[in-house]
Amino acid sequence: MRTGWNIADVISVRQETTTARTLRLRLPGLTGHKAGQHVDVRLTAPDGYTAVRSYSVASALPGDELELTVEELADGEVSPYLVRAVAAGDQLEVRGPVGGWFVWDPADPSPVQLIAGGSGVVPLMAMIRAHAAGVGTSTGTGIGTAPGYAAPFRLLYSVRSPGAAYYATELDERATAPLLTVNYVYTREAPAGSSIPPHRLDAATLLTTVLPPEDNPAVFICGATAFVETVADWLVRAGYTPDRIKTERYGGTGTTP
Amino acid sequence: MGIVSPGFFGRRRRDDPALPPGQYLTESFPVLSAGPTPRITPEQWEFTITTETGTVHRWSWDEFLALKQDDVSTDIHCVTSWSKLGTSWRGVSLDTLFESVESDLEFTMAHSYGGYTTNVPLDDLLGGKAWIAHEFDGEALEPEHGGPARLLVPHLYFWKSAKWVRGLEMLRQDEPGFWESNGYHMYGDPWREERYW
Repeated sequence: MRTGWNIADVISVRQETTTARTLRLRLPGLTGHKAGQHVDVRLTAPDGYTAVRSYSVASALPGDELELTVEELADGEVSPYLVRAVAAGDQLEVRGPVGGWFVWDPADPSPVQLIAGGSGVVPLMAMIRAHAAGVGTSTGTGIGTAPGYAAPFRLLYSVRSPGAAYYATELDERATAPLLTVNYVYTREAPAGSSIPPHRLDAATLLTTVLPPEDNPAVFICGATAFVETVADWLVRAGYTPDRIKTERYGGTGTTP
Repeated sequence: MGIVSPGFFGRRRRDDPALPPGQYLTESFPVLSAGPTPRITPEQWEFTITTETGTVHRWSWDEFLALKQDDVSTDIHCVTSWSKLGTSWRGVSLDTLFESVESDLEFTMAHSYGGYTTNVPLDDLLGGKAWIAHEFDGEALEPEHGGPARLLVPHLYFWKSAKWVRGLEMLRQDEPGFWESNGYHMYGDPWREERYW
């Protein structure tokens, strides 16, 4: 656990959507991180005023680098700076990665159901990447031998529109059944030519899409509070064990699915 | 002071003395929970205090509501860096609940419906510092915020204010609860920024 403030170098930046950007950071001394952890980022103004926010790690890299994907919030204090002002070569103060609960453990052989609302896909993407990093890894390092790497992963991603989806190309490339299945629900705008009109996620769609309760999947749900509350309730009512459902909620005013 | 972020000025210029270090003000009421929200009806609900002798002090919902009620106005501070000032609660002081309890132990573990736990020293629960709260802003406490009732220990980071609380267990030694076993601080004083180990 890294609990003090460290200086991170911004290695590169890339645009994910019109409102979100991924920052690649190097944190000297970091030796990897768990999939699902977050970091705190601190900005300091010239007069010493500081602002701190938490961001989920999107990457699953073994060394001293990690990636954050930051969504610009309309009334945000820190996110507009990270999305628009920060450039490669800048430095940021970072605490962490931290968190030992909302993390995927490769030693767990359970199938995994990931459920994302909007930018809640970020820590779930770290899990997908960590899973993929182990799959097919040569046994020389031993990394590929943990049972979790052979477990099926599913992602259900509720997102406003195709253009608002993060990591779409990469998810397309990685989605090879049974190791990774990706299902989208578009809430405002469906892809061109889609026969399914945009709709909010409902209980029936959820329960026909996710791994069934008899598979006893490890479930990770991340999104706005109302989304997470509603989805977790539907799962519990459908017979999923509350103990198997881990949630991470974004604060503020969320919408229901 | 850390490294300056060029071009960053921040939006909240005012240094609010009510704001602990590293916290920002929010008007909303964010939710932080580790899993699904337990749905507990007042009829199912009870609150217990268990001592070293195995004695269990027990209150049903109606017995709990019949106790002296306090109206509490207080600031709350979440470890995820938001603070909310001047929140209004109604509930029963732990001083009231401990009036009939005899124990020589100094530590407690709060247990919640759904399995959540968090450790709080007894000193931090007594002396007008902590309540079992069942109303927020004049309304019954919403399940996502811990209803029917939650622990309210506002001088510590808010994960200590266990939602869906169902009891306190007296402990001989301090032991980590749920978040404390997952990287968070054993005590959690926001004024000393005791966030993580």
